Amino acid sequence: MSEEFKVEIVNPEKSFLVKDDVSEVVLPAFEGEMGILRDHISIISFLKPGIIKILSKSGDENYYVEDGIVEFKNNNLSILTSTVFNLADMDKSKQQVLLKEAEEEANKTDINDQSKYLADQKVEVLKTLN
Amino acid sequence: MASLDDLKKRIASVKSTQKITKAMKMVAAAKLRRAQESAEKGRPYSEKMNNVILNLSNGISDKENAPKLLSGTGQEKTHLCVVMTSDRGLCGGFNSNIIKKAKSYFAKILDEGKELKIITVGSKGNDQLKRVYGDKIIENISFKESKNANYFDADKVGKMVIQKFEAGEFDVCTIFYNQFKNVITQIPQAQQIIPLNNEGEESNSEETYEFEPDEDEILSNLLPKNISTQIFKAMLENSASEQGSRMSAMDNATRNAGEMVDKLTIEYNRSRQAAITKELIEIISGAESL
Repeated sequence: MSEEFKVEIVNPEKSFLVKDDVSEVVLPAFEGEMGILRDHISIISFLKPGIIKILSKSGDENYYVEDGIVEFKNNNLSILTSTVFNLADMDKSKQQVLLKEAEEEANKTDINDQSKYLADQKVEVLKTLN
Repeated sequence: MASLDDLKKRIASVKSTQKITKAMKMVAAAKLRRAQESAEKGRPYSEKMNNVILNLSNGISDKENAPKLLSGTGQEKTHLCVVMTSDRGLCGGFNSNIIKKAKSYFAKILDEGKELKIITVGSKGNDQLKRVYGDKIIENISFKESKNANYFDADKVGKMVIQKFEAGEFDVCTIFYNQFKNVITQIPQAQQIIPLNNEGEESNSEETYEFEPDEDEILSNLLPKNISTQIFKAMLENSASEQGSRMSAMDNATRNAGEMVDKLTIEYNRSRQAAITKELIEIISGAESL
């Protein structure tokens, strides 16, 4: 019995990534990090800003996401997100731009608690990358 | 009958018009391919989103306290209509079809004594609607600078709609756009996005999900995103439809121009022949009278 399942990352413009030899995915779920293995129970959850780790035979990959919804069903993991970057393709200047944007957002005073929390998260994650 | 010179000039002008329409057709065809591609690529996202929401709303325990974006405000007094059209003309019936559809809906709403508010996306729709419904248009957005439909623009419209909804400015929201079927056929659509109308759609899975955090929280996070997604989908369909519509319109125009050139050429040849015959008759009758 294989230990692999399929993962698909979709953004509004296109299907960003499809991989079907994945052994584990670690997601920055809203209530904490969540690891998904084969035959996980069907689950729907949403993401906070963070890093998605995809572990597979062909090598590990890391993606930065700002938001998203995950659905796991029948060993298919779908991740819907509006902002996703492959960390391998992301250089320092791009990170700086994102960090600056996030910091500006976090320093706004007229936003509600939840957006404030999300913006803080963004800053935190981006800082650890540098 | 027009003089030979006039005919010659007309033929030349029709020919140059034909060149323009032909070029526009080619450009539209190239753009269509790209627009169609991105419309197809965008489909998985909106389909998945729809699916998740379907699963969620089936799983929701307390229907009474469901988020307002899903269940509505409980009344239907004020209708907001988002009419999505193109920024450029010369695309056949593309814009008129949406406007026609929208206008019949507006008339129905006003007949029922309900209040109507309009947001126009794209300048062509605004131009056509402001004559009759000028006082109802509350917002006019145009993405002339954006080359392709992108999610960022759609999100802007989506956020605006949600903000207005939360401020209690309307109860029901409907978007109007052209659905791309193929190059010749585009179907004007009216799609209600608030409250979300998915009755009659059965969830295809019997599966029960685990939710983390609970359904309500996920739903209230997800529904605003869904609005933007639906608007983005409409924008993608619209841009493919626009190019398709323009392509077939320009194809027709090119063909018509060709027919016109043929007709004018025949007329030109005839009058030339007539002039020659006339001259011959004059010469012959002149020679006879000697």
